[in-house]
Amino acid sequence: MTFARNQWYVAAYGHEIGRELFGRTILGEPLVFYRSEETGEVVALADRCVHRRYPLSESRLEGDTIVCGYHGFTYDKTGTCVFVPGQARIPRTARVASYPVVEQDTFVWVWIGERDKADEALIPRAPWLADPAYTTVCGMEPLAARYELLVDNLMDLSHETYLHGGYIGTPEVANTPITTEVDEDNKVIYVSRHMADAACPPFYSKSTGIEGRITRWQDIEYHPPCLYLLHSRIAPVGVLPNEDGTDPDAFHVEVVYAITPETEHSTHDFWAVARDFALGDQEVSDFLRENNRTVVMQDVVALDILEQVIQKEPADYQELSVNIDTGGLAARRILKRMAAESDEPVKAARA
Amino acid sequence: MNDRVAMLRGNTVYRIHWELGTDVLIGVCHCGAEHESEDPIELWEWLLAHPEGHEPPAADRQPDQPPADQPPADREPVVDRQPVGAQA
Repeated sequence: MTFARNQWYVAAYGHEIGRELFGRTILGEPLVFYRSEETGEVVALADRCVHRRYPLSESRLEGDTIVCGYHGFTYDKTGTCVFVPGQARIPRTARVASYPVVEQDTFVWVWIGERDKADEALIPRAPWLADPAYTTVCGMEPLAARYELLVDNLMDLSHETYLHGGYIGTPEVANTPITTEVDEDNKVIYVSRHMADAACPPFYSKSTGIEGRITRWQDIEYHPPCLYLLHSRIAPVGVLPNEDGTDPDAFHVEVVYAITPETEHSTHDFWAVARDFALGDQEVSDFLRENNRTVVMQDVVALDILEQVIQKEPADYQELSVNIDTGGLAARRILKRMAAESDEPVKAARA
Repeated sequence: MNDRVAMLRGNTVYRIHWELGTDVLIGVCHCGAEHESEDPIELWEWLLAHPEGHEPPAADRQPDQPPADQPPADREPVVDRQPVGAQA
């Protein structure tokens, strides 16, 4: 599968981008980021000097210009070259591509594709991450596997019972029916798994203090290609939300993933866990951070192995899909369509 | 709580329920047509073929019932939680 271009992707957390040049490859495109001294906005440029391709991320920031660390070609915030060493004339083609950037919900989103198609309104939201009513822990793990494997993994949480037993998995997760919904117009995939009477895994018993069995809801809301939300609701058995939608007696955890392809065989696995209880409690934050990172790393290890397996197998290998894959199949289909749509202008231009 | 959870509210929502205690998947199209299968690939293909094969037989339809490509006005999805942040 090719990448879905003409889409917004999470490139970094806002706190990662400052006055140091920051290099990161997104969809195979090496980018350099920095925060403007003048406006505080994040700047994203192609990370290759037009002259001899030296990475600008290995160069020097001078005010709001990047001075190439090899021969001194200097670029402004728009990627326009403003200085060429030893000569007055600046060649017309001396510029590096600049990328549309939006900082939202603690993420730095970058548009990969045709500039004139970048529409901020298309960026899906994860408002909890910047909401003072929630406390958030977050991280990013490099994944040496194609992003489709992470999508498969996150769309089917029945693997929690086997891969994450003792952390977030309990027998009910693999044994509870699911409803999978696809909104074709808005390109949202929703997978609901509502457990009426389930054991409380340590991840939640230790963080919420709930003892005994729970009503546990897991609602996946995937906005392909990049943003994955898991609305997790934990309450004592039988406690449901009020008619008006308020839900004061439950604990809510919003698990957010941003799935950003780095190359065809590697992925930036951003993860965040926002909670509406034990706000500011450092012990709970440390516990959730450590536990979620452990869970993420269990996935990383498994998916890295799977990537190696896939690379060695023939292209026509036939998988078996069963009921638990209903959501993953829906995600694959939409991603395939998005990739095909974004490929069309490229094909037309080549023709 | 109803087994048939419905969270998304768009006009073109395709839904697959995994029926409790069975291997059967039930596909529900936005037009109201339903189809059962034990194979999720086959079921997605049926759903996405809308409207092909989704029209209920005319003899089964009551005179005041809308055609299958229009959702009945009184058919409200069963919802036990408002989706958070979902575009509807």
